[in-house]
Amino acid sequence: MLFDKYDIIVVGAGHSGSEAAAAAANLGSKVLLITMNLQTIAQMSCNPAMGGIAKGQIVREIDAMGGYSGIVTDKTMIQFRMLNKSKGPAMWSPRAQSDRSLFSLEWRHQLEQLPNLDFWQDTVLGLIVKDNIVQGVRTSMGMEIHAKAVILTNGTFLNGLIHIGEKSFGGGRMGDRASKGITEQLVEFGFRASRMKTGTPVRVDGRTIDFNLLTEQKGDSDIRGFSFLQKPALPKQRSCWMAYTSNKVHDILRKGFHLSPMFTGRIDGVGPRYCPSIEDKIDRFSDKDSHQLFVEPEGWNTIEYYINGFSSSLPDYIQLEALRKIEGFENAKIFRPGYAIEYDYFPPEQLYHTLETKLIRNLYFAGQINGTTGYEEAAAQGLMAGINAHHNINDREAIVLKRSEAYIGVLIDDLITKGVDEPYRMFTSRAEYRILLRQDNADQRLTELSYKLGLAGELRYQRMLDKKQMVDTLIGKLKKTSLSPDFINTLLIEKNSAPISQKQKAASILLRPQISMHDLINSIGELKLAYNMEDYLIMEAVEEAEILIKYEGYIAKEKEIADKIGRLEDVKLRRDFDYHDLKSLSYEAREKLSRIKPATLGQASRISGVSPSDISVLAVFLGR
Amino acid sequence: MHAFHDYICKKAIGMQHHYLSTDTICAISTPPGMGAIAVIRLSGPESLKLAGRFFRSPKIDLAKETPQSHKQYFGKMVDETGEMVDEVIISYFQKPRSYTGEDAVEISCHGSPYIQQRILQLMLGSGARLAEAGEFTMRAFGNGRFDLAQAEAVADLIASQSESAHHLAITQMRGGFSEKIKTLRQQLIDFTSLIELELDFAEEDVEFADRTALNKLLDELKKEINMLLDSFKAGNAIKNGIPVAIIGKPNVGKSTLLNAILNEEKAIVSEIPGTTRDVIEDSIIIGGYSFRFIDTAGLRHSDDRIESMGIERTYEKIKQASIILYVCDLNDFKDEDAEAVLNEFRSFIHDKNKLFILIGNKIDMLEETPDHFAEMVELETIFISAKRKENINLISDSLMKAVEQLKVHTDTIVSNARHFQALKEARYALESVEEGFRNGLPTDLATIDIRTALFHLGSITGEITNDEILGNIFGKFCIGK
Repeated sequence: MLFDKYDIIVVGAGHSGSEAAAAAANLGSKVLLITMNLQTIAQMSCNPAMGGIAKGQIVREIDAMGGYSGIVTDKTMIQFRMLNKSKGPAMWSPRAQSDRSLFSLEWRHQLEQLPNLDFWQDTVLGLIVKDNIVQGVRTSMGMEIHAKAVILTNGTFLNGLIHIGEKSFGGGRMGDRASKGITEQLVEFGFRASRMKTGTPVRVDGRTIDFNLLTEQKGDSDIRGFSFLQKPALPKQRSCWMAYTSNKVHDILRKGFHLSPMFTGRIDGVGPRYCPSIEDKIDRFSDKDSHQLFVEPEGWNTIEYYINGFSSSLPDYIQLEALRKIEGFENAKIFRPGYAIEYDYFPPEQLYHTLETKLIRNLYFAGQINGTTGYEEAAAQGLMAGINAHHNINDREAIVLKRSEAYIGVLIDDLITKGVDEPYRMFTSRAEYRILLRQDNADQRLTELSYKLGLAGELRYQRMLDKKQMVDTLIGKLKKTSLSPDFINTLLIEKNSAPISQKQKAASILLRPQISMHDLINSIGELKLAYNMEDYLIMEAVEEAEILIKYEGYIAKEKEIADKIGRLEDVKLRRDFDYHDLKSLSYEAREKLSRIKPATLGQASRISGVSPSDISVLAVFLGR
Repeated sequence: MHAFHDYICKKAIGMQHHYLSTDTICAISTPPGMGAIAVIRLSGPESLKLAGRFFRSPKIDLAKETPQSHKQYFGKMVDETGEMVDEVIISYFQKPRSYTGEDAVEISCHGSPYIQQRILQLMLGSGARLAEAGEFTMRAFGNGRFDLAQAEAVADLIASQSESAHHLAITQMRGGFSEKIKTLRQQLIDFTSLIELELDFAEEDVEFADRTALNKLLDELKKEINMLLDSFKAGNAIKNGIPVAIIGKPNVGKSTLLNAILNEEKAIVSEIPGTTRDVIEDSIIIGGYSFRFIDTAGLRHSDDRIESMGIERTYEKIKQASIILYVCDLNDFKDEDAEAVLNEFRSFIHDKNKLFILIGNKIDMLEETPDHFAEMVELETIFISAKRKENINLISDSLMKAVEQLKVHTDTIVSNARHFQALKEARYALESVEEGFRNGLPTDLATIDIRTALFHLGSITGEITNDEILGNIFGKFCIGK
């Protein structure tokens, strides 16, 4: 026999599939990862960057759980920035440009270290299903491979259709074939499928860009990473650049509108409102004379640049003509035009919170197949699907992160509960508990759980504990230490903060916006000795302690209001409950509740179409 | 005033099975006792079948045909043996166009308690269940016929005792108040969208929120909320009766005056039962407004402990009252005493929250111009004889004028303590937002306060969702790289 009997088959090796395979294999399952092309594992199909606002927090969470996205990013980054540093700590978001090729290579390298993981290059054409339980997959080479569970992470490949102007052709990504058969089979099983669309911009030859005419955007000098394991080594960085469109550019693009698949109606899929194509922006916001573009390098040693913000499906010659009207791009040559891609997804209300499908047991969906967008969102789902698939076939409990615990929890709960009507991207405003879900404390929130599952290793767990202890000790010290006016007033005056007239606790001095933890540590000899800021772990601990002291009041406030909103959160609803019997619920609510089968009243309240009065009805019924 | 909430709670504790049941319920919906006519109401899927079983009409056979909705049918109500009980009019309300949102039937019969009971028994005997208090409204709420604030208004409407209270409840039930709150919330959501845009799309090509405009909006929101809060006093007074305290020294004729006012108006007078207060309260309706009269123990310095306690309570009552009738005896209005009274009164009239009316009683016993007459005229004293009921109408006129002064210049009036509390919390949160902006607080922290305000406003109408913000952002701004 060509194949062993596997525990879990993962179909697709993008960001989601790779995390899913790694998690399941690390937990002890025998895993087979099937992909059409083993040379493009975890390919960055769109921009060569990881993280960003809300997404950076997700990568930190994946890392805290023992996933690989953070580690791979740290090893392949060419630029690092902490976004939103001027805002409160809930908004600090790490973002990195990565070397596109290295990123993929590094992922493959990481996966190759896992003894439980096998690889197979092939195209899956369909599932083997018996008695509504998945048994394995059938491939284009005629193989039948069996497993106890299957995780589908097909990304944009299911019936992918690429559009450039009036041309359109099948493909899962530029240069790759689309995948056919899976959607059709699942629809036969009773799944609902629908279409979405996304786009990507033109790639430009850097030798033809006049960078003197662009604005440089350098990386931070204070380099952090995504992984809690160690500080990334990044001795030098590559810059990004900013450019601007003008009315001249817009005029040329407009010439092509009648050829655009978006405007001629040849694209049925729904695209993301927050990531519109350039023609969409011009069309919808015609009063804007200029749009900002980010010119991002594709790697350390390449001349290829990604033009972020110039996503388009207009004819290639129009894209080029418009591009050349942008200052700095007058002589631009392109590697390839931008394009739009349409693909199948399965409305995610058809899943449980474990990402297992409701219709077929042991079958899991993760990533863009669920209507999300973004590497980070996909990776997070993969991780959770991998964990839950392993738990399921071993009769262990489901692992569902709460909305108050992680952005990953918010993400999956939103998908399952509300469904999607455009590609779903994470925003910090989607989280009720924003100030609790910070990038700095992802380890404190999640590593303990992951360690118990057997996913996070000893080193990771120990670092989390050490950091926690340091944070607690430092906070304790600052709350105990009294500072006399003589001692601290020099610093206060120097920092333009009002001097004190009697002794005050160091912690309350730290509440002043002008005073930082570094100031205090540097002034207090004992602390200066104890906290060597060169040590990454110490530096991280000091930073977290500072946040916890400075924002204590806000953290408490948010907890309070979140608790109020969450009063109904944990009230359990029976899965077999017949909502059709409750005629006092609105018709739509009965339909949606019956379909989605929320686990708790809180989840029910987030279902669109379930009105507050429906929730009152349920609450009353449950005796709350 | 929290009848509806109480109802929900009661339901929650013991009778949930009933509430969510969708059986057919029935009750006499007109007040108990004898009247010209009475209405028996049925709601639920079997309504028409149950009523039809005992209804005979040459125009329609309810067993065979469905009547038109919202039409009335005249006929006879018969009992199990076919004997006529009464001549009735039946109205059918097809779901969802009924009060409860279910199929409903109303049977108008003659008002004899016997007939009412007989018809009710017929319905109950053939499968209807006696409705619990508030159950019709509860079903209406459950079927989404109105939101929480409107449902509360229905409870108020049923309990309203004066024209103005009725008007208030009607306005609220029609959703005027809910609309106002929704508008405020929408403005706040627009505001938050600007802030969230800055936060979530900081890296993208967005324009930042104009702080001056934001502060202006905050200001306007606060003004609106303040107006609503101010209206609570008036709203509460309209709903529960405007509290009027009659104060004065012993034996100046306070109780006689109260009786005189009550008799003069010949309106429905009800004693509020079950109170432990020793201050007697009576309600009276003058010009469509309900006034709650509080008769108090006489004001005087006393060494008697029990009397002192009474006097203390009197001062309590003065605090609660909106209008104070300060009564003095014109025949016993001499030097220091009179000076003291007038000075005290002068000190009172500066109180902006209350209206003081000085009343000179016992003009019937006057033989000459009373002392301090000029000063009393200057203070717009009303001269009366409580005993002979002379000039009592002048007091009524003054009360009506006082109502005009108490009225707030807003169309929407808050009359519910729960709403008042939520508005206060929202205002407090908005003040925190402002303070945060002043102190250069990072905007993501300010959003905690904005969310708090949104939560409280949403709790009034029962809508609390947080997808609105993103929806708003996508709709209004050009974002995305």
